[in-house]
Amino acid sequence: MKIKAIALNTFKEAIRDRILYLLLFFAAVCIIFSRILALLTVGDRVKIIIDVDLASLSLFGALIAILLGTGLVYKEIDKKTIYTLLSKPIHRYQFLLGKFLGLVLTLFIMLLLMSIIFLAVVFLHTFKIEWSIFITIFFIFIELCLITAVAILFSCFSTPILSSIFSLSFYLIGHFSWGLETLIEKIRPGIGKIMAQIFYIFLPNLENFNFKTEIVHHLPIPSNIFLLSTLYGIAYTIFILLLAMLVFRKRDFI
Amino acid sequence: MATALKIEDLHKSFSTGFIPKKKKILKGISLAVEEGEIFGYLGPNGAGKTTTIKCILGLIFPKKGKIEIFGHSSYSLQAKEQIGYLPENPYFYDYLTASEFLRFYSQLSLMKKKDKEDKISSLLSLVSLEQSASLPLRKFSRGMLQRIGLAQALLNEPSLVLLDEPLGGLDPLGRKEIRDIIVKLKAEGKTVFLSSHILQDIEMICDRVAIIVNGQIVSQGTLQDLISEKILFTEILLSGVEEKEVEDLGECISTHTERLLLKVFEDEKIEKVLQLVQSKKGKIHSLIPRTETLEDLFVGIVKQQ
Repeated sequence: MKIKAIALNTFKEAIRDRILYLLLFFAAVCIIFSRILALLTVGDRVKIIIDVDLASLSLFGALIAILLGTGLVYKEIDKKTIYTLLSKPIHRYQFLLGKFLGLVLTLFIMLLLMSIIFLAVVFLHTFKIEWSIFITIFFIFIELCLITAVAILFSCFSTPILSSIFSLSFYLIGHFSWGLETLIEKIRPGIGKIMAQIFYIFLPNLENFNFKTEIVHHLPIPSNIFLLSTLYGIAYTIFILLLAMLVFRKRDFI
Repeated sequence: MATALKIEDLHKSFSTGFIPKKKKILKGISLAVEEGEIFGYLGPNGAGKTTTIKCILGLIFPKKGKIEIFGHSSYSLQAKEQIGYLPENPYFYDYLTASEFLRFYSQLSLMKKKDKEDKISSLLSLVSLEQSASLPLRKFSRGMLQRIGLAQALLNEPSLVLLDEPLGGLDPLGRKEIRDIIVKLKAEGKTVFLSSHILQDIEMICDRVAIIVNGQIVSQGTLQDLISEKILFTEILLSGVEEKEVEDLGECISTHTERLLLKVFEDEKIEKVLQLVQSKKGKIHSLIPRTETLEDLFVGIVKQQ
């Protein structure tokens, strides 16, 4: 009940942020622009539309998660609203969880709006609904939940600008960490290889949530990969949230 | 009578600067607030009043010391359920209306839905904000924010109300309203812990006070114990007499519109002043004996420290 109240208030606060509408506007522009881009393409135009639109959904969703998430906790501390909140009979973890769920709700609604525009663009072109697209959108949502948790973790102890840089780095590292796999194969055994293996284990692999290529080109996907990717996303998000709670638990609010 | 708040040997220091340098803010605070009293926590700016309150609320963690609220550790939810808190210069979610704001905070304390609505309307009427219930908080004046903040602090029917500078920045009318509410809370059996540096108000409503200077409590007790009732001097406002005629009898504080305000320290000199005024066919407008005030005590202690 307490977590729900904080989550709903966070949602009310987030939807008042102008940056949200700015990003939503640019996302809509990109999605609609993909239709024009398709006209200039030789070959399967639908593939171009779906490819560009899914990339837009992922990128703008991540930007919303980072820019809103990094400010959420910091703003409460900066404006001192946290003083009265934490003086009520609530645990600090409940506050953090409420903030997280509030932002996840905001992202869900934003992703839904962007997806409606995207599906409308595809439908106007093909006059049919590609159901497999929903799988990709679902994994984009899982990835956004993880990025939100990361943004909240950084916002527990850092300023919004630094937190945004850290979270953006997490996003970029997460999408390129698969390169380490190739590196591990090529590198000679020794400290270097061990280090690369350690990094590969601990660094996030956000490519686990990327099924755009498979969906666009109708490639076969092993059935258990969906379950594994979902579990990976949930486990990583819980781990980051626990870390954030640990940092937040002993923080002094001066 | 039970102890509402007990603080024992509270220490807190902060590290500041690029090369961290420890600064001791609280240096062994100990005090006890009895149930049902209004306790004034006085001190100059930067003495450690707000830091003490934040330690009580668990917003910051003391380096050493123990805090109990009605026998429970201050970190426990049982303790927090009995606390209401109004911060200094309160800032709230300004996009919420007064009733939305109270509804949100009521969800954080376990109240039944029906009780919530009744409580919200009764609190809005207590702080005289029924007319502004649907107004967003960004349109509220400073005094209104202070009052809605007080309403928020009273939502969960707290037994101990912690008020950090509740009278700061308010006009005389606003101060009176808050003062009246605090007295009303005491009449309802609540304990009020009040930090302030507006001494006249503290003197009017507090049963006991503690004075904190540089992170240490330098004096505490009932107002009667702390302030001497001995007459320090007598202020006489008179007219019809020249200033130089009373020079030897007392200290002339001010002269305006032919009136003279005289500060007389000895009783026999008061008699002489009265005789002089009578002989000159002048007039005594007022004669007020002055005892020590909380302000005198406070200024004396702070200067001493």
